[in-house]
Amino acid sequence: MDWQAFALTLKLAAITSAILICVAVPAAAWIALSRSRWRLLGEAITGLPLVLPPTVLGFYLLFLLGPRTSIGRGLASLLGHPLAFSFAGLVVGSVIYSLPFAVQPIVAGFAAVDASLLDAARLLGAGNVRMVSTILVPLARRSLLTAVILSFLHTMGEFGVVLMLGGDIPGATRTLSLVLFNQVEGFDYAAANQTAAILLFACIAALLIVYARPGTLAPRPLTDGRPFRGDNG
Amino acid sequence: MVELQINAQRGFFDLQLECSLAAPWTVVFGPSGAGKSTLLRVIAGLDRPNYGRISIRGQYVLDTETGLDSLPGKRGVGLVAQQSSLFPHLSVTANVAYGLASLSRAAKQQRVCAMLDLVGASHLAARSPRALSGGEAQRVSLARALAPSPHLLLLDEPLSALDAGARDQVLTRLQGWLGEQEIQTILVTHDAADALATEAEVALLLEGKLAAFGPAHEVLATERNRLLARLKSS
Repeated sequence: MDWQAFALTLKLAAITSAILICVAVPAAAWIALSRSRWRLLGEAITGLPLVLPPTVLGFYLLFLLGPRTSIGRGLASLLGHPLAFSFAGLVVGSVIYSLPFAVQPIVAGFAAVDASLLDAARLLGAGNVRMVSTILVPLARRSLLTAVILSFLHTMGEFGVVLMLGGDIPGATRTLSLVLFNQVEGFDYAAANQTAAILLFACIAALLIVYARPGTLAPRPLTDGRPFRGDNG
Repeated sequence: MVELQINAQRGFFDLQLECSLAAPWTVVFGPSGAGKSTLLRVIAGLDRPNYGRISIRGQYVLDTETGLDSLPGKRGVGLVAQQSSLFPHLSVTANVAYGLASLSRAAKQQRVCAMLDLVGASHLAARSPRALSGGEAQRVSLARALAPSPHLLLLDEPLSALDAGARDQVLTRLQGWLGEQEIQTILVTHDAADALATEAEVALLLEGKLAAFGPAHEVLATERNRLLARLKSS
């Protein structure tokens, strides 16, 4: 078992999820609340990593963050090293690659909040930031939890972007997925089985948390007679 | 004084209205689908009309020609809808205090207590909105709308969940208090008895148009006779 890769994978997934939740909440609020036509473009861009082959995304990021572009050169002079083939570069790639897994559950959660609650908040003087932080986020908290867990798991299991953008540098960019690939390539099936099992059980455990809502196992009433008001309504 | 000049098209429905509401209490009366709730939403700034000008106490809050469209929270308007929209994750106290962000903690607490007392809901302060009955939730909604001291209060059949006795009690108390505070009120109802119970000016709205406007006993004479006839026959 490659514990170094295991720790690196967890670190990458944790940092990526933390950044994503900060980025995804305002993005999702804009998509859910905006009446602008640009909203559709925003939705399309945030959903793009779902359909784009990871290698394509990895290639463009490698090019963008490399020394051929002014962004890449600027970042390299700022950090003292190129972003490509580094852990920081891996974080950038992971954030972009897992963006839809954070944004889409939160958009769904925000959209499910009763519009009359938002009208009431607006009338009581709440601006967008206060409305999101005091009404939308608390009422869609299960969607936020889902977003964090899905982003974490998706980052843990990513392969194409990691390989293209990070290479396979032990201790810096080698994640569990790459370890698994290397183990299979070296015909070490026993070790590969162990690595795959860790990823599998981590995913099952996390998804159980997503689906286990309070009272999930209790018999569901047909209706409680109240209108739906967000996740916890 | 509220001056309205509104043209709002919603699919096949067209709300066209031009009037000045000067009375402390104005009842907008009309059947379901007449455009009463749309009118309130337009005044509150929650819906934007295709064309219109609205001024409240001499201050324009909407003028589609110049592009003026004040935010709902900046119009000095309170709205209580038929279905209470209390924030389910906040306590009754936190709900009423929501519009008082600029006040100090002590002032906020004092104002919340006064508003809950006004609507007879002081005993509900610590409860969650989920634990309230329909009538209790409407009282708390009313307290929440009044807490930021609006210039104009819009009531969209807000007391429909209360029984007749409680409704009369709350209405009488509210009318007196709003009169003292000089808060102009527009009450929307499709119940003629409600419109006649308050000595107000009545705007009769039919299919999005202002069909009549004046004192309740004049505008609602037919409705009044119909109610009296029903009472006699029963």
